Amino acid sequence: MEALQRVFGRNTAYLLIGPAAIWLAVFFLFPMLSLLTTSLSDPSGTPITGYTLTWRVQNYIEALGDYWPYMMRSLLYAGIATLMCLVLGYVLAYAIAFKAGRWKTVMLVLVIAPFFTSFLVRTLSWKLILADNGFIVNTLQTLHILGEDGRLLATPFAVIMGLTYNFLPFTILPLYTSLEKIDPKLNEAAADLYASPFQRFTKVVWPLSLPGVVGGTLLTFIPATGDYINASLLGSPNTQMVGNKIQQLFTTAGDYPHASALSVILMVLIVGMVLFYVRRAGTEELL
Amino acid sequence: MITRVGNWIGKHLMLTLGILVLLYMYIPNFIVALMSFNDSSESRNLYQFQSFTWDNWLNPCDPQGMCESLRVSISIGLLATLAATIIGTLAAFALVRHRFEGRSTMNLVLFLPMATPEIVMGSSLLALFVAAGFGGQLGFWTVLIAHIMFCISFVVVTVRSRLAGLDSNLEKAASDLYANEWQTFWRITFPLVFPGILSAALLAFSLSFDDFIITNLNSGTTVTFPMFVWGAAQRGVPMQVNVIGTLMFLLALGIVIGGEVLNRRRAKGKASAF
Repeated sequence: MEALQRVFGRNTAYLLIGPAAIWLAVFFLFPMLSLLTTSLSDPSGTPITGYTLTWRVQNYIEALGDYWPYMMRSLLYAGIATLMCLVLGYVLAYAIAFKAGRWKTVMLVLVIAPFFTSFLVRTLSWKLILADNGFIVNTLQTLHILGEDGRLLATPFAVIMGLTYNFLPFTILPLYTSLEKIDPKLNEAAADLYASPFQRFTKVVWPLSLPGVVGGTLLTFIPATGDYINASLLGSPNTQMVGNKIQQLFTTAGDYPHASALSVILMVLIVGMVLFYVRRAGTEELL
Repeated sequence: MITRVGNWIGKHLMLTLGILVLLYMYIPNFIVALMSFNDSSESRNLYQFQSFTWDNWLNPCDPQGMCESLRVSISIGLLATLAATIIGTLAAFALVRHRFEGRSTMNLVLFLPMATPEIVMGSSLLALFVAAGFGGQLGFWTVLIAHIMFCISFVVVTVRSRLAGLDSNLEKAASDLYANEWQTFWRITFPLVFPGILSAALLAFSLSFDDFIITNLNSGTTVTFPMFVWGAAQRGVPMQVNVIGTLMFLLALGIVIGGEVLNRRRAKGKASAF
């Protein structure tokens, strides 16, 4: 590295960072600008001819007016799924960090391994598990938890379950990283001072794991809000999320301006919620 | 008594619950493996286990277009991994080893793609391609560009954490022993960072291979494996899809376990050399 430094002087850093900076500027930041201008363009163009920028703000009003239920549904489903991921993920991350002993690495690998089977293939298999004549539905019907013609597939339950399942590792890994750093001696000290297991958790472990909680819930909530695969494969037309609409507007309807407006609204909502949440949790240094 | 019960809960219940969560995460993989042996010749639309057969494993390429889509996904995956790993590793070195103007901006720019929903990234890229007049030429190359873009950040994060944890005394020792800069870099720094680069590459490949949302918006008529599965899901899924799913799982597990075993053996070998 120092040899490079001598040849290029102080520019080495820029040579190293250059390719990444250019690639992300051209194919990430610049497209965001494109999205913004498309969202303010006249919807009468086509994807082949392009769209003319007419600063048509009505696109936003129309997109929100037509599709706000999808937006709310996305936030609701993703919110519930994130909470469920937090509970399940906390249990597993805690078990790996404090109880797994020498099986720590093995369990950590086992958390990641299922995700090498294609996301879509795994989501499709839930279709089979939750099927109307499947084992789970039959059992629930025998126990009278579900009615005679009650079903799981094509309900909000199936979509939220799918989201929870698919994004669980995104919650587990940051939680584990946070929990693993906690010195077990702190827990022992609390026990010496007569703290009950419950107090030890609420006063010692939980506060120290907050960075992981915030990181994990964000990494789960953000992709879950934009997801439409679970809603498409496991849901029904009544459980469609905002991602379904954006995708349909882009691909089948070819209405880029309204689709872009909806995308921008989603992005703004998410950034807003993330900033608010991070402030409330007092973990700004994460960003 | 109560404290004893509490202690027992603290000791075993959490581990039991954790293992239950882990089992829950494996339910779909069991189903996928099971369905790879399903004879679906009776009815393809009925996604249900009917009877046992080896056929799907013996003729994995039977469904029309599936293996072509697999080839497309693997080519895009390899190219995207290669490009993103090189670009991302260079960037990680810059961020850890250099102080330069714009460093914190760069950190933010690298963080953003990981915090943006895929649907937004995919649609903004599509908007760019259309605005630039490439609306009619969506395909292999536009998908590749997109995959490189979203893989870079993950590579940087992975390599950076490895690089930051490196003991700089090793490099100082090498230069004390009259190694020049190139020797120090290739004999000390690079071998130590290499495991990080390797896991970054593995992560990049799996992200690229599995991507659907961004790909679907920018692929035109090119069909990747996830897009094949998506299309098949509307008509009736060929059981061979489950064969590919199971193979991918076993392959990845093999690579990870193999790497771990190799690591331990090397560590042992080094320990006994002293």
